[in-house]
Amino acid sequence: MTMTVRALLGATALCSAAALANAETLTIATVNNGDMIRMQGLDDDFTEKTGIELEWVTLEENVLRQRVTTDISTNGGAFDIMTIGMYETPIWGANGWLVPLDDLSDEYDADDILPAMAGGLSHDGTLYAAPFYGESSMIMYRTDLMEKAGLEMPDAPTWEFIREAAAAMTDRDADINGICLRGKAGWGEGGAFITAMGNSFGAQWFDMDWNATFDGEAWANTLNFYKGMMDESGPAGYATNGFNENLSLFQQGKCGMWIDATVAASFVTNANESEVADSVGFALAPDNGLGKRSNWLWAWALAIPAGSQKQDAAKQFIEWATSKDYIELVAENEGWANVPPGARTSLYENPNYMEVPFAQMTLDSILSADPLDSTVNESPYVGVQFAAIPEFAGIATEVSQEFSAAYAGQQTVEEALEKAQAITNDAMEAAGYR
Amino acid sequence: MARSVTTQQKAINTALAWAVGLLIFFPILWTILTSFKTEGQAISDPPVFLFFDWTLENYRVVQERSNYTNFLWNSIFISVGSTLLGLLVAIPAAWSMAFTPSKRTKDILMWMLSTKMLPAVGVLYPIYIGAAKMGLLDSRTALVIVIMLINLPIIIWMLYTYFREIPGEILEAARMDGASLKEEIVYILTPMAVPGIASTLLLNIILAWNEAFWTINLTVTKAAPLTAFIASYSSPEGLFYAKLSAASTMAIAPILIMGWFSQKQLVRGLTFGAVK
Repeated sequence: MTMTVRALLGATALCSAAALANAETLTIATVNNGDMIRMQGLDDDFTEKTGIELEWVTLEENVLRQRVTTDISTNGGAFDIMTIGMYETPIWGANGWLVPLDDLSDEYDADDILPAMAGGLSHDGTLYAAPFYGESSMIMYRTDLMEKAGLEMPDAPTWEFIREAAAAMTDRDADINGICLRGKAGWGEGGAFITAMGNSFGAQWFDMDWNATFDGEAWANTLNFYKGMMDESGPAGYATNGFNENLSLFQQGKCGMWIDATVAASFVTNANESEVADSVGFALAPDNGLGKRSNWLWAWALAIPAGSQKQDAAKQFIEWATSKDYIELVAENEGWANVPPGARTSLYENPNYMEVPFAQMTLDSILSADPLDSTVNESPYVGVQFAAIPEFAGIATEVSQEFSAAYAGQQTVEEALEKAQAITNDAMEAAGYR
Repeated sequence: MARSVTTQQKAINTALAWAVGLLIFFPILWTILTSFKTEGQAISDPPVFLFFDWTLENYRVVQERSNYTNFLWNSIFISVGSTLLGLLVAIPAAWSMAFTPSKRTKDILMWMLSTKMLPAVGVLYPIYIGAAKMGLLDSRTALVIVIMLINLPIIIWMLYTYFREIPGEILEAARMDGASLKEEIVYILTPMAVPGIASTLLLNIILAWNEAFWTINLTVTKAAPLTAFIASYSSPEGLFYAKLSAASTMAIAPILIMGWFSQKQLVRGLTFGAVK
């Protein structure tokens, strides 16, 4: 009997060891930000449920983009899951580089994904990446400074109001700048902001024949307005400020208003990090009465490269990481203010979440951005703060360098626009669009 | 009088040297200081220098999130491995070019140096595809080979310059005393070449340690060295400066300590040929 028990125990141990040895391991490339790091801290939950081990490669956004692009375009197979954005997904989906996510389980409830997010992460109606979190942009402003200036922020202000309010809130002696905006070169930094702002001025990157439109009045109005307002009420050196620089200024009480990613709301209202946490209000990004606001739309999403040998396990992980249950898990461990926002409709029907001060404005901002119809006049591209074509990142980086040089006073706005026109048309011609 | 002028000059030189040294070291010092601040203190304006609440929290977070030992071991393996392999190839090459030069030696040396002028990204795709096809992605072997090849021109140039300093008269004297070729190499040339080889070795370990392009692009998790470890703490959307500084301090500490203990050889390596 004892022998039998021993034999059985031995066999069980061997089976367990074998199972452990055969346990699948997924390699996930992801971006370094608070939400993704939080997910890494909670990944034991997934391993406990499925037995699948996870290995993480966490990289800075631009390094990640280069790293995963190299791998997927060469079919290198280094990653089973990639964190990609709204820019890459439709392009890579069209190239056949990603596994379609059209067979997710019923429990997953794919219909619950916010339509704007699902639209931006699809190609020809097929979802290629599941949104982990989504964001738009909105105005974050100091309620105390606004009151002191004798003004009241409307829920949906115009650019003219913002310029007036910025001037009224500016107090150079107290080191308070009325407004802080991105000016840093880079298509995802200042390039994203000015493109979204341009939408509200009637500007767009290309006309229907893929010609650049920087020689039009709309772009001149956009840049002149931006530069005029920032010279008047912006911080010194704004031409080199990106998200982090403005976040730092706002948290230290040096900005009256800041228009940037909705995810920043959780940073500026966190009393452990922000000196102005209890006096922050939110409003929709401004418009010019032309029917388009200046907010963008972005999602960090999880996708499976077609070269992955572990596609079933990868789908299991994506279902876990972007599920309603995961949101509950984060809320349980870190509180509702820290759950990944902007991906699921049900989150905004949850009364617990809607108590978070910026929840409603985040949703309103996301809903007011449409990647399929982002410009005042008809345009041939998809995307709000970008055009989803492979050439865009390179062109927009160069163009934003010219714009930043104009903000810094190294050249005039007219010169910057002339160069932008030439850069864009040359690149589009070389790529065969024109 | 003359003595006092000399003393004064020495004092000025010393002060200048310290000033330049501190200026160069300041970014590293600032990184180390920032690693002990909170994220809020790390971005405060005006910046805080020494008077803040020192914390080890960033080091705790970094240790918790990343397997530092694994990254460190990979860095050691890749930098030492690629340098030793490089020396194995470069010593005979530099030796022959220094002691038995042909009329094409200078051209070959220039050609080797010219390979350093090619931007690394220009050959990223062929090397990446090659590594993937051979199953060498995310392997230390691939990195040892690639980094060895990248640094090989520098290793050969350094050794060549050093070997050229060995006076031919010493060899002639040894031959007149009846030394064989083997004795010439073992008893005369090698002892004279060892300091040059040592400084080349140290400098190339530092170069390989700091190499970021290939080490990030050819690795995933298993072979990723400290450069990938640092890259995982940088972010354009979110404040991670203090944690990034802690990761950077942990990444540069081993090479800083090695540099400190071998500074004589390093200075020799950096200045040989400058003053005879």
